[in-house]
Amino acid sequence: MQQAVALTGSSVARRSRPGDPIFAGIARASGVFVLLLMGSLILSLFIGGLQAFRRFGASFLVSTTWDPVHEVFGAAVSVYGTVTTSVLALILAVPIAFGIAFFLTELAPAWMRRPVGVAVELLAAVPSIIYGMWGFFVIVPIMSQYVEPTLIDTFDGIPVLEDMFAGPPFGTGLFTAALVLTVMVVPFIAATMRDVFETVPPVFKESAYGVGCTTWEVMRSIVIPYTRVSVVGGIMLGLGRALGETMAVTFVIGNSDHITANLFGSGNTIASIVALEFPESPAGSLKLSSLLALGFILFVISFIVLAISRTLLRPRLKV
Amino acid sequence: MSASMTSGSVPGPAKDLKVARALGTRRHLTNTVVKALCIAATVLGLVLLGSILFTLIWRGAAGLSLTVFTHTTKPPGSNGGLLNAIVGTLIQTAAGTVIGTPIGLMVGTYLAEYGRNSPLANAVRFVSDVLLSAPSILIGLFVYEIAVEPFGGFSGIAGCIALAIIVIPIVVRTTEDMLRLITPALREAAIGLGAPKWKVIVLICYRAAMDGIVTGVLLAIARIAGETAPLLFTSLGNLNWSVSLKQPMASLPVTIYQYAGSAFDDWVQLAWVGALLITFGVLAINIAARLVLSRGK
Repeated sequence: MQQAVALTGSSVARRSRPGDPIFAGIARASGVFVLLLMGSLILSLFIGGLQAFRRFGASFLVSTTWDPVHEVFGAAVSVYGTVTTSVLALILAVPIAFGIAFFLTELAPAWMRRPVGVAVELLAAVPSIIYGMWGFFVIVPIMSQYVEPTLIDTFDGIPVLEDMFAGPPFGTGLFTAALVLTVMVVPFIAATMRDVFETVPPVFKESAYGVGCTTWEVMRSIVIPYTRVSVVGGIMLGLGRALGETMAVTFVIGNSDHITANLFGSGNTIASIVALEFPESPAGSLKLSSLLALGFILFVISFIVLAISRTLLRPRLKV
Repeated sequence: MSASMTSGSVPGPAKDLKVARALGTRRHLTNTVVKALCIAATVLGLVLLGSILFTLIWRGAAGLSLTVFTHTTKPPGSNGGLLNAIVGTLIQTAAGTVIGTPIGLMVGTYLAEYGRNSPLANAVRFVSDVLLSAPSILIGLFVYEIAVEPFGGFSGIAGCIALAIIVIPIVVRTTEDMLRLITPALREAAIGLGAPKWKVIVLICYRAAMDGIVTGVLLAIARIAGETAPLLFTSLGNLNWSVSLKQPMASLPVTIYQYAGSAFDDWVQLAWVGALLITFGVLAINIAARLVLSRGK
C-alpha cells in the first residue's frame, strides 16, 4: 500500500486521487485472499485429520481395516478404489477423447465442428449427480444382465484376467464406477485435446499434406509430436477430475470396505466413503477425523496431479 | 519387399510399382480405419449425451406437474413437491454467486492489471487454477470445518460459502483472460485523457470485457447450481420449508441424492423430475453463456 501511494507522486496527486491505491490494494488483497483460502483449506483438513494421524500413525495409509464398531480406521481400501477406478477410467477415456478431438480438428466438415464441439462441452456441464443416477438406473442393469456375465464367461480359465473379471454380477462395483467416470472425463480430455491440437501452426500441417501424407500420418507425425506435452497435461487434468469425483461414484461403487482383485467387486473411493459415512460421524469423533484425514490424502494426490497438469499445459495453452 | 532389396537401392514407389501399390494401400487403409474409429468415438460421445437427456426426459417428464412447483417435500405417499428444494437452490446459488463474483473479479483484475508476471501473481494464478479443478467434496469438508462445526450446526449460509469458493476460480480465469485481450490503444486513450488507473479499469476495461466476464459468471452459476457434494456437509438439506440462512437448507441436488436412493416409488419419481429440472436449467445457462460470448463477434 505505502509503495503504491508513494508511486503516485506529489501530495496533491495523492489527495485528488485516493482511488488508485485503494483499488490496487483491494485487488492485491483479493489475490492474497485466494492464497490464504488454499492454505487454510489444506490446514483445516490436516488439523481435522490430526486425531486419526496421531492415533494410527503411518499405518493409517497402509491399513485395510475400516471398522467403525471397534474404531479402527485405515485408508488403503479407499485409496486403492480411488486409484483403480481413476486409472481404469483414463485407460478407457483417452482413446475415445483422442478420437473426438481428432474428429473435431481434422475430419469434421466446418459446419459440424461447432455444434458437435458444443455438445461435447455440454456433456462436461451435466451435474455429476445426474451421471450417478444415469449410471445407477441405466448402466447398472445393463452391466448386471449383459456385460458382466459375458465378460466373466469370456475370461474364465485365463490366468490373471480370470481373477480380474470374476464375482457375482451385481452391476455395481469398481468396473461400473470406472465406466461412469470414463463418460464424465471424456468431454474434459476431448475439449482440452481439441484446444491443444488447434495450436499447431497450419503451415506445419499443410507442408505434410503437401508431400502426400494422409490425415492420420499428419496427426501422428506432426500434430501429436508437436503437442505431446500438452496432451499429457490434458490427460492429467482428466485424472484430477476422476480422482475427486464424488456423486457419480457414490451411486454405483457398491460401498464395501474390502480390497478385491476382481473388478466387479464392490469397493470405495475416498470421495464416496466420505460422502456415505459422513452422516454417521458425530463431530469430534475419531471416525470424522479419519474421514478428514482421507480428505487430506485426496487433496495431496489431486494437488500433485493438477500441479503437473497445469505445468504441462500452461506453456501451450492458457489453461 | 525382399525383391527390391536385392537390387541394392532403397525400395520405393519410383523403383517398384508393386511396393508402391502395397505401401499406398496400407497407408490409406490405416488412414481409413483410424478415421472410422474417430468418427465412432464421436458418435459414441453424442449417443451418451443423447442417452442421458433421453433418460431424463423419459423418466422425469412423467412426474412433471404443477404440484412439483407448489408443494414442498413431504413424506412418501402424500403427494409432495420440490418447492423448498427449488427455492433453496435458487437462494444458495444466487448468494454463492453474489459472494464469489466480486472476489473473483478483483483477483482476475489483479492478475491482469497489477500483478502480471510477478512472483505473487504467478502463485495466485497457480493456486486459482488448482482450486478450479480441486474436488468439490473437499471444499465441502473445509467449509464444514470453518463454518459448521464452530457454529454448532448446518446452515444455508455455510452452503453459500462453499458454493462461493467454487465460483471464485471460474470468474478469475475468464476475467483475467478477457482483460488481457483488450487492445492497449483503448487503455492509452483513457490514460491520455487523464483518467486514473482504477477508472480506466472500471469504466473502460470492464465494459470492453463485459461479455467475457458475464460468460464466466454464467458458467460459474451453471456449475454451482448442480453441485451436490459440497452441500452435503454444509447446508445438509431440509425436508421442511425454510428460507432462513441460519437453518439447514434444502437444495435440488441434495434432495435428488436423498430421494434417488430411497425405496419409495414416488420419491424416486420426484428425484427424476428434479434431475430433469436441474440438468436442463444448467444446460440452458451454459448455452446462454455461449450466446453471450459469441454475440460480440
